[in-house]
Amino acid sequence: MTVTEERPTVGFGSTLRKEDVRFVRGKGTYVDDVNLPGMLHGAMLRSPFAHARIVSIDTSAAEAHPGVKAVITGETLAGLNLAWMPTLSYDTQAVLATDKVRFQGQEVAFVIAEDHYSARDALELIEVEYEELPVVVDAKKALDADAPVIRDDKEEQSNNHIYDWEAGDKAATDEVFSSADVVVAEDILYPRTHPAPLETCGAVADMDKVTGKLTVWTTTQAPHAHRTVYALVAGLPEHKIRIISPDIGGGFGGKVGIYPGYVLAIVGSIVAGKPVKWVEDRSEHLMSTAFARDYHMRGEIAATRDGKILGLRVNTLADHGAFHSTAQPTKFPAGFFHVFTGSYDLQAAHCKVTAVYTNKAPGGVAYACSFRITEAVYLVERMVELLARELDMDPAELRMKNLLRPEQFPYTTPTGWEYDSGDYQKTLTKAMEMAGYQQLRAEQADRLRRREQGENVPLMGIGVSFFTEAVGAGPRKHMDILGLGMADGAELRVHPTGKAVLRISVQTQGQGHETTFAQIVGNELGLPTEDIEVVHGDTDQTPFGLGTYGSRSTPVSGAATAVVARKVRERARIVAAAMLEVSTDDLEWQENRWQVRGDPEKAKTIQEIALAAHSSLELPEGIEGHLDATTVYNPPNLTYPFGAYICVVDVDPDTGQVHLRRFIAVDDCGVRINPMIVEGQIHGGLADGVGMALMQVMAFDADGNHMGANFMDYLLPTAKECPSWELGETVTPSPHHPIGAKGVGESATVGSPAAIVNAVMDALKPYGVRHADMPLSPAAVWSAIQGRPLRTDLAIT
Amino acid sequence: MQITVTVNGTAYTEEVEPRLLLVHFLRQTLGLTGTHWGCDTSNCGTCVVWFDGKPVKSCTMLAAMADGHEIRTVEGLERDGALDPVQQGFMECHGLQCGFCTPGMMMTARSLLDTNPDPSDDEIREAISGQLCRCTGYENIVRAVRWAAEHPAQEEVTT
Repeated sequence: MTVTEERPTVGFGSTLRKEDVRFVRGKGTYVDDVNLPGMLHGAMLRSPFAHARIVSIDTSAAEAHPGVKAVITGETLAGLNLAWMPTLSYDTQAVLATDKVRFQGQEVAFVIAEDHYSARDALELIEVEYEELPVVVDAKKALDADAPVIRDDKEEQSNNHIYDWEAGDKAATDEVFSSADVVVAEDILYPRTHPAPLETCGAVADMDKVTGKLTVWTTTQAPHAHRTVYALVAGLPEHKIRIISPDIGGGFGGKVGIYPGYVLAIVGSIVAGKPVKWVEDRSEHLMSTAFARDYHMRGEIAATRDGKILGLRVNTLADHGAFHSTAQPTKFPAGFFHVFTGSYDLQAAHCKVTAVYTNKAPGGVAYACSFRITEAVYLVERMVELLARELDMDPAELRMKNLLRPEQFPYTTPTGWEYDSGDYQKTLTKAMEMAGYQQLRAEQADRLRRREQGENVPLMGIGVSFFTEAVGAGPRKHMDILGLGMADGAELRVHPTGKAVLRISVQTQGQGHETTFAQIVGNELGLPTEDIEVVHGDTDQTPFGLGTYGSRSTPVSGAATAVVARKVRERARIVAAAMLEVSTDDLEWQENRWQVRGDPEKAKTIQEIALAAHSSLELPEGIEGHLDATTVYNPPNLTYPFGAYICVVDVDPDTGQVHLRRFIAVDDCGVRINPMIVEGQIHGGLADGVGMALMQVMAFDADGNHMGANFMDYLLPTAKECPSWELGETVTPSPHHPIGAKGVGESATVGSPAAIVNAVMDALKPYGVRHADMPLSPAAVWSAIQGRPLRTDLAIT
Repeated sequence: MQITVTVNGTAYTEEVEPRLLLVHFLRQTLGLTGTHWGCDTSNCGTCVVWFDGKPVKSCTMLAAMADGHEIRTVEGLERDGALDPVQQGFMECHGLQCGFCTPGMMMTARSLLDTNPDPSDDEIREAISGQLCRCTGYENIVRAVRWAAEHPAQEEVTT
């Protein structure tokens, strides 16, 4: 696919991005680019141990450093009742440790100094005496009777158990399994990984003591939610808090939550009476901010001998780290994991998730996952692949046979999801055609023949995955975070000269909202994209809403934008009727104008109407002038994008090296507002998939040391590891979204890892390898071939 | 210590700590925040600037090492108000999303095209392989650089 050449000035299409004008000139404003007069700099002292009691902290030498203004410890915060903060999962997390440290890299003290270098120097001068404690590194041992209790700060906590959660009908599922011809089971790990945006987390906090107004520039995907949490937790009046999320250097879910560093920048500004900047370094980011996955899954799939899938059963052990702080709708402690029946028509399903504390960093759902759907899709797509192997069926054929059919939509899954629309066979067929699936299989067979004849050619593998995403959380009735319903506001104002300002609650971290949302308005009102300014990322300037994550911007805020633009259009109709001296019933919206029915000569554009709306034109009784509207959009359902992915790999069995030769991705995200941007979102997600499937992992040693705390150990894909992506599309509009769009930001991250792992396992079939856990590094692949698959999450030998 | 560094054609004389990193000198001392910092370990390349005409990672150089040398940053890509073809290419081909890696990517791309005006896709991927992008999956960065190769700036007309 090439970047679409057509670049419309009004409405949908591959319009160039408005935000790029500043970025290509180096004129973006990220948090670390914010510099205020008199600003001080903060730095964090972190724990070297994964589990240890704090005996004493001596800050006197640090305080004596000439550049240091203040040193804050847990004791200081305890005096302010701020030593602990609530997490997004109704647990508590230490802002600064008071009793003990519970993971390596945990926040222990905060230094405020005149410059960044002095602050870092002073960290070296703080003396902390620790008493080391036994650690819980392996989630599978967290519930052992002799496991040390990590959360002994909680009175009710006598072990490391957080919750058990179930979905689906257990009895019905057991019944299906007991009578099935074939049952396949496998232990599947989705290892701990990290979104690792190139910009780390940070904040600049400025408390104006005179006005009592706190302004915080911070790396957040959810500025309004942060403001409310600060108000509730710190007791600050909400109208005196302004959260500004300026340009954000990638988020991927890692910038949803509130981190101790943000709180300390705020406390520091209050204590020091000056603005305080805190920006973490890369190791701090990887060691302490929200990880993703860490799901140990036992999957079972039941089917008939001729390949009709009947049921799915999953038991999961979820490693949540030292504080239960996953970000997900309150009613769903395991996120949306119970969407694990995927894209298939089956009779019954059941899942159980048990979450435990370990001595690792908190977090949980970050990394383009749509609330655990990444884990769910990976699980079902690996299980279907294993079933195909067991039945000796082609995996694409098995999928085609079991995919939901178009006439089944809207479809209610065995665990209660209502999929809005889909045409799955069409999408898989398209992917297979683009890939040349049958030719690939023939080539693979030829490779095997040549190998059998002694020729040293690499093994070839073909992997298929089909995913259904559930994005756009969500209906307020079912979905909230910390009690805040997941609806989003939008405000649209058209100025007298026909230029417009749209204010939205969601915040871009690279998704191109300033362009896409302007296109939505333009499409409804006939205004050029360049005439619409999109204001976002500033709580003083925008309506309330829960922010950008879980691919919810287009499904929720995009819908809000279309709705508010339609409200303005209806207001414009009244003005146009007055201008044309006709009844509103006589007008129809034609060619981006309000036109008298059957008389194209008599029509008014929004620009003409806007000027009249602000003029002395007499309007009907009760109609206010000007041209603006507000709305709050409460989505009636999630949107369910889907896609079919095919991956082709070559594997060198002597070294275990995987070469990703081709990747075909056919996505259906409903109507595409800006196809260029949509394709860009998919490209990025596919690269994420390569990283997770082949390279990225955060493993821990026996002492709880983090073995992936920098980019030399935590490997991200470069341009060399990524193939040239081959994209295709089908379009099945969402029936309930105002413009038929579905979210897409996370689709490729969700769908691609299974395709890659399936491809590698397909290549290793001659060696009898059924499964090996991600990441499929050369060592992991080689070990699997030797019959000794690695436990990739533990660096324990 | 006192250093004099020419940045984007302007000479700056500043008093700096000997340990000050070049990236911090550019960002904090000179206020040129277009150059970003991302990793500490020379892996991500968002800090790439030119040092005497060659791309370097400015997080792994001291400002003192730049004394008497010429630095070019993203702010110096534009010439007389006209965008460099690389900048145009990144816009035309959606070669950036969050924009954080973009300055370093563009500096490397400009350097590549100066030495190899018609690179293959593999050569472009090789050239940027010391840099990370988390948004684009690299596809459109490669296209952007190729676009720039296909649309070289007009030669200045001398009369």
